[in-house]
Amino acid sequence: MADRKITAPQPNSETQAFWDAAGEGKLLIKKCNACGEVHFYPRANCPFCFSGDTVWQQASGQGTIYTYSVMRRAPVPYAIAYVTLAEGPTMMTNIVDCDLDGIKIGQQVKLVFKPSEGGPPVPCFAPV
Amino acid sequence: MSIKGKSYIIGVYEHPTRLATDKTVPQLHAESAKGAIEDAGITKDDIDGYFCAAGDTPGLGALSMIDYMGLKLKHWDSTDTGGSSYLLQVGHAAEAIAAGKCNIALITLAGRPRAEGMATGTAPRQPAVPMPESAFEIPYGPATANMYAMCAMRHMHQYGTTSEQLAWVKVAASHHAQYNEHAMLRDVVTVEDVVNSPMIADPLHRLDCCVISDGGGAIIVARPEIAKNLKRPKIAVIGCGEAPKNQYGGKNLDLTHSGAVVSGPLAFAEAGVKPGDIKYASIYDSFTITVVMQIEDLGFCAKGEGGKFVSDGNLISGVGKLPFNTDGGGLCNNHPSNRGGLTKVVEAVRQLRGEAHPAVQVRNCDIALAHGTGGSLGTRHGAATVIMERE
Repeated sequence: MADRKITAPQPNSETQAFWDAAGEGKLLIKKCNACGEVHFYPRANCPFCFSGDTVWQQASGQGTIYTYSVMRRAPVPYAIAYVTLAEGPTMMTNIVDCDLDGIKIGQQVKLVFKPSEGGPPVPCFAPV
Repeated sequence: MSIKGKSYIIGVYEHPTRLATDKTVPQLHAESAKGAIEDAGITKDDIDGYFCAAGDTPGLGALSMIDYMGLKLKHWDSTDTGGSSYLLQVGHAAEAIAAGKCNIALITLAGRPRAEGMATGTAPRQPAVPMPESAFEIPYGPATANMYAMCAMRHMHQYGTTSEQLAWVKVAASHHAQYNEHAMLRDVVTVEDVVNSPMIADPLHRLDCCVISDGGGAIIVARPEIAKNLKRPKIAVIGCGEAPKNQYGGKNLDLTHSGAVVSGPLAFAEAGVKPGDIKYASIYDSFTITVVMQIEDLGFCAKGEGGKFVSDGNLISGVGKLPFNTDGGGLCNNHPSNRGGLTKVVEAVRQLRGEAHPAVQVRNCDIALAHGTGGSLGTRHGAATVIMERE
């Protein structure tokens, strides 16, 4: 079955570096130099302490499925999910390259990128 | 400053349409307003405050609708928190009245997603203007159903909630809807009907989802002196709470609770009542899981016990301990403009007045609660709680 068509994300001045890295197969998260917290989705200003001193950090690409759902009423069924990264933050994503009926909460997953329609590739996850 | 008892709900109206092919959205707002004005027994010119949600009122905030309806105002507010807006606006109207900013406040809702063929819970929504999170969510296909489904999936994993338990919420709503001549779905369904209906987004079945309908509604809130001179039952607003819930930068994300954990206690504290004092509850029911989570968060049962609590008809009027959504709710009656908060207040007021359908009227219904969330439980939402008392 063909993969679902992925709507292209629209980079902006706050997130261009994230999407440039995605094009190179890297997942970036933001770390705050002031309070030390990491966050996702990435912002210029830390959502915890509001410091503007935030820097990009490459994530390991290892994660765990927090929750998921397989959308059955779609031209191509797909699994939306929240994955908790090894670095801490939880992010929305798709679980891909697997039997959708075999997905489980708590499952270990690893980063894979999937092409979007006319935009940068987007970070998804596949079971380890 | 407390708003307890400083304003009264003097008029309510639920538009009877469920498919408004031949009406415009402004027309539905105005017809709903007119219905509530007639219900209260006042005139349009008595209204000096207007509250709505920017998202379902065409124009810049409330301005076009104020112009369309020919309102002369001293105060208005078009804060939009999605489906919970109208619950939140009861609180804002109560605050404005208590502060002397206006005397009689009109709240309206209207929409025709069904006639426009634009509403679906299964197609990812594309925002007209990108939101800060859009690039990190839209590519993954977040629709309405699969976001609530992720909450249900986690709730099941964490607390052992079952599809059969969720189904009881729909069963109860259907028991009530059979008596509502305007309800879209009037057939009584069983737990088996729900769990055997087609899977939409695991673990939510078709019958776990609310209807999509056109329609509207209106509420009128007024100063005590005004309410006491009207020949209607006196329904006091005694407690309100509101709270957003967000993703906290992805830290310790918890999709098993809602903003009701904040809005509920605020409203109960202001009202000076406890969950056990509530005789009837209107609970936002976009999906069956929405009801289970909010019942827990409002304190009607312990966290994680919601599945057991809603089972075996416990939400059915005359049968269970917490009669809910006796008009059939969003699951069976209507969900105008994909926003169910206003009708939640309307049915609560009917119950307090003793004007609900006799088959579902709660005996001695003196204190009622209406609660909702708007946005998505799966991402970010606004919760609002209103507690009302019949004097």
